[in-house]
Amino acid sequence: MAHAASNSQEVPAQRGSFQKSLADSRTLVNTGLTVLAVGFSLIAMFPLFSVLYMLLVKGAALLSPSLFSELTPGAGMEGGGIGNAVVGTLVVVLIATALALPLGFMGAVYLAEYGGDSKLAVIVRFCGKVLTGLPSILAGVFAYAMVVVTTGSFSAFAGGAAMAILMVPTVMLTAESALRGVPSKMKMAAFGMGATRAQVVTKIVIPTAIPGILTGVMLALARAMGETAPLLFTALFSDYWFDGQLLKPIASLSVLIYNFAGSPFEHQVALAWAASLVLVTIVLVLNIIAQVVTRRPEEH
Amino acid sequence: MANTGMKQAAAGPDLSEAFRSPVSRPPSAWQKNFDVVFKHLAHAFGAGVVLLLAGVVFEVMRHAKTAIADYGLGFLTTSTWDANRAQFGILAEILGTLYTSILALGIGGFLGITVALVLSQGFVPRRVEIAMKNVIELLAAIPSVVYGLWGIFVLVPAVRGPAGWLNEHFGSIPFFSTRLSGPGILPASLVLSIMILPTVTAISREAMAAVPKRLAAAAYGLGATRWEVIFNVTLPTAVGGIFGALVLGFGRALGETMALAMLVGNANVFGLSLFSPGNTLAALLANHFPEAGQVEVGALMYAALVLMLITLTVNALGSFIMLRTTRELKGLG
Repeated sequence: MAHAASNSQEVPAQRGSFQKSLADSRTLVNTGLTVLAVGFSLIAMFPLFSVLYMLLVKGAALLSPSLFSELTPGAGMEGGGIGNAVVGTLVVVLIATALALPLGFMGAVYLAEYGGDSKLAVIVRFCGKVLTGLPSILAGVFAYAMVVVTTGSFSAFAGGAAMAILMVPTVMLTAESALRGVPSKMKMAAFGMGATRAQVVTKIVIPTAIPGILTGVMLALARAMGETAPLLFTALFSDYWFDGQLLKPIASLSVLIYNFAGSPFEHQVALAWAASLVLVTIVLVLNIIAQVVTRRPEEH
Repeated sequence: MANTGMKQAAAGPDLSEAFRSPVSRPPSAWQKNFDVVFKHLAHAFGAGVVLLLAGVVFEVMRHAKTAIADYGLGFLTTSTWDANRAQFGILAEILGTLYTSILALGIGGFLGITVALVLSQGFVPRRVEIAMKNVIELLAAIPSVVYGLWGIFVLVPAVRGPAGWLNEHFGSIPFFSTRLSGPGILPASLVLSIMILPTVTAISREAMAAVPKRLAAAAYGLGATRWEVIFNVTLPTAVGGIFGALVLGFGRALGETMALAMLVGNANVFGLSLFSPGNTLAALLANHFPEAGQVEVGALMYAALVLMLITLTVNALGSFIMLRTTRELKGLG
């Protein structure tokens, strides 16, 4: 371009060489690609807005107190609500949390405080990662084999067990990084006072790491809430209220959406939208809580 | 955070006082026992996670054993699924799983990497960047069954028009050789691509952000434009991490169930046409398990085992690639 400049120290004399102009093919390509990239990013975000818009338009139509206080209607019937599914989802998630929390939490304590780089710790961490990538339907298959086949019936407990398998790795891996984030000086100070390792862990490390641990639990809960595949053939569905029996089939929001989405009856489809709105609202609120809890001063 | 401990120690009360205080003393017998018990408890729970994974693998294998003995490898190369005649084969499902996942990877991977570039290379103001990052993260938070519902009532009607046009004018190309009657490979793959996009974006964004700033600065100094820097410096340096992101996204697509069970059409055939119905392994499990008799459950367990082997292999590969590239990038810094 600027042939005069090759041998001298001078800046190329060509005027405008530092100015951007679309007449230059390099600038043109650069600008064109930028426009394309931003355009594609907008396309990528479009589905979220479309989903939220549809949820508000179609789901909000049925929002009323009776939606939460009435049972799911049978085929072709009008009225009814999703009360049993809301209760069912909460029951299943509670069972799952009760099963997953101890394992995930103590697994994290082991990894962060006792495991170090030992062989067992490496294996535990690897198994945790593998479990993260386990397709959720396989958790259902496992719970089916372990619980449904053994007890001879679909049940809330089987659904909770399937969901728990999906919660364990999330809880464990986030709790581990939260526990590791506790400054070693705080631990040293406690050891220096003559505390045992168990005392240091239970009185210093865990209380300090609680926000991070809660974040993991929230995220795991949010993920579990929306899971359908592991419940399809473990918890199944029920058109009745939860009566305290854990060994009977139970309703859930996600399975309700799946069942009613394919229904030929318009009212059931409308209920599927309403249930989706309720489910997505719960999931998003849990996600936002998790984000707010994480926003601690030590995060840069 | 680390400083607060220091400051407290420095500004704290006379330490000789603390040494005499009842707080600082040797642990009691009870506390020593608790220490030992707690330690073993932690180890036991750590091992419990290993047992959990082993249990999942073992249980599926145990229940698939009779089906493996009965159907052998022919299970993988035939496409009949007939519970009444006890004939089972999952070739169409294996091909359908790979086909939808590859399509989803093509679309979702491309968009995901593009979004990662926009989010990491200073295209938009910082505030917009954070907002976009949150939106993409929310994409991952929407339950897949909701995407399935959206797919049935929004996406399928939306693609029906263009699909019909393509079939009419380019019907001789195998990809467009049938009409879209409703659910099919294309809507399923599109929803699948939305679902893997956040995974690909998050991981490849990290890989791009890990590229040392001075490499890009050097290229800018030589007069390169932004996209010349991206193609010649950023992408080649981050290629390992981006590849790992794609593999992990692929692993997610392979195991995704609900959106596919609702949108793929559940036809036990495999065709190249994007508009024909098909099936996937996960969708097969979801649709047949709830009402399966004992014989069919055995066959389904076999199918679950195949799905598990495929997804675990792909995921292990992805994790391995990520591990290696993080090490390599550390060398560059």
